[in-house]
Amino acid sequence: MIRFEDVTKQYPSQTRPALESITVEIEKGEFVFLVGASGSGKSTFLRLVLREERAGSGQIHVAGKDLSRLSHWKIPAFRRQIGTVFQDFRLLPNKTVRQNVAFALEVIGKPRSQVDRVVPEVLDLVQLDGKYDRMPDELSGGEQQRVAIARAFVNRPMILIADEPTGNLDPTTSVGIMKLLDRINRTGTTVVMATHDAAIVDQMRKRVIELEGGKLVRDQSRGVYGYAR
Amino acid sequence: MRARLILSEVAIGLRRNLTMTVALVITFAVSLSLFGMALMVRAQVDTMKDYWYDKVQVSIFLCGKSSDSASCAGGAVTQAQRDQIRTDLESLRPLVEQVYYETSAQAYQRFQEQFKDSPIAANASPDALPESFRVKLSDPTQYAVIATAFAGRPGVDSVVDQRQLLDRFFSVLGGLQLGALVIAIVMIFVTALLIANTMRVAAFSRRRETSIMRLVGASDFYIQMPFLLEAAIGAAIGAGIAGLAMVAFKRWVIDGFLAPTFQFTAFIGWETVVGILPVLLLTGVVLAMVTALITLRKYLRV
Repeated sequence: MIRFEDVTKQYPSQTRPALESITVEIEKGEFVFLVGASGSGKSTFLRLVLREERAGSGQIHVAGKDLSRLSHWKIPAFRRQIGTVFQDFRLLPNKTVRQNVAFALEVIGKPRSQVDRVVPEVLDLVQLDGKYDRMPDELSGGEQQRVAIARAFVNRPMILIADEPTGNLDPTTSVGIMKLLDRINRTGTTVVMATHDAAIVDQMRKRVIELEGGKLVRDQSRGVYGYAR
Repeated sequence: MRARLILSEVAIGLRRNLTMTVALVITFAVSLSLFGMALMVRAQVDTMKDYWYDKVQVSIFLCGKSSDSASCAGGAVTQAQRDQIRTDLESLRPLVEQVYYETSAQAYQRFQEQFKDSPIAANASPDALPESFRVKLSDPTQYAVIATAFAGRPGVDSVVDQRQLLDRFFSVLGGLQLGALVIAIVMIFVTALLIANTMRVAAFSRRRETSIMRLVGASDFYIQMPFLLEAAIGAAIGAGIAGLAMVAFKRWVIDGFLAPTFQFTAFIGWETVVGILPVLLLTGVVLAMVTALITLRKYLRV
């Protein structure tokens, strides 16, 4: 599903590569934690998967596409196969819960009938029934992240990318979010989650990929957060 | 669905950036007005050229009793010379379209009419005004043919091309045309800069929406369309205002003041003004969309 072959990414203004000689493969349906200190290259890794950045050297295959050969106009279609969730939720503050989720479908041109059918389904999945018409600032952090996950998942992507989704949430709420991501993973969606949350990684016992200074230092199935902290 | 969504985004954008939108519309109105003015000045000069060049003649002044040029050394023109000139002129058809002979008496009469309110008229005598052939050419630029054929020949005092007098006048008007065009181009450049800036502000103020659109895989077209329409609508409104200004100028300044005051020349007609309106609209909208597209490529990269 995601395959990196000897990938190096160097940003022009920096002396050290953000990622160096990364080779890793993530299979369809896997749940993977991406761990490492700030600046270790986690964000760059995710940006490369999303084709927000291009690799300097090496090959990246995502969802069957060779990203180095993906032409510019095909990027939108490619991104429709990937859902993305962030630490800061990134909801539109002037739209209701339902409108926020529907927005993701409307802007890729889905017909209204489909939007009206699918949005309540996915809002039920993330257990937000009864809050469809709330504005984001009327919701708790955990609820906002559920809306964000609903938006990322509404188009049934093959891959869900989560960049520190529990970073702004308290431990109890985080557990709820992790249960939700686990449920999404069980539908067959590949989940890649970058995190600093040791407790969650240790508890979930999923595959752990650790980056340090742009290098892959650990790839462990059923791993724990690690020794760094 | 798509169209409705895009239009609602446009409406939100126009309202959110109301001050920028107003600035954009006004700049468009002013610069397109100037551009339209430049086009009108141009059309006006062309109209005047048509009008005047159609009337210009080459005058072959014949020797009178008081002429003192070298070719008049033999005294006043003789009947034989006069007939010969007429025959030669006839032989130059079709370049020579019309020949009209004017005696000194007729010249005097015309002079008196033209200067009837001036003291010059009282001082002139029929003898001082030479007889002449007034020649109308089918192609007024071919003046040299007449000049070489008749200038310096015995009995001919001088050959005068009225077109040369007009040309001096038109070269001044040509400068005016050029000046108007330069101002219009500068204004259009300024407008382009303002569009670029407006788009930058608009893209910034909607960066949340556009970043989400990018992430969920909306196409460039879908992301940029609201911005492009925003610029195009601003341009169209500006062009509308500029068009009204053109119409008002024609109605009240040209028809209401200039035409009745300066009756010696023709002025541009309504068909010219009406022809300029779509040019303004097209220029405005194309300029807006092209500039917006270039700017957005930079700020809304996928």
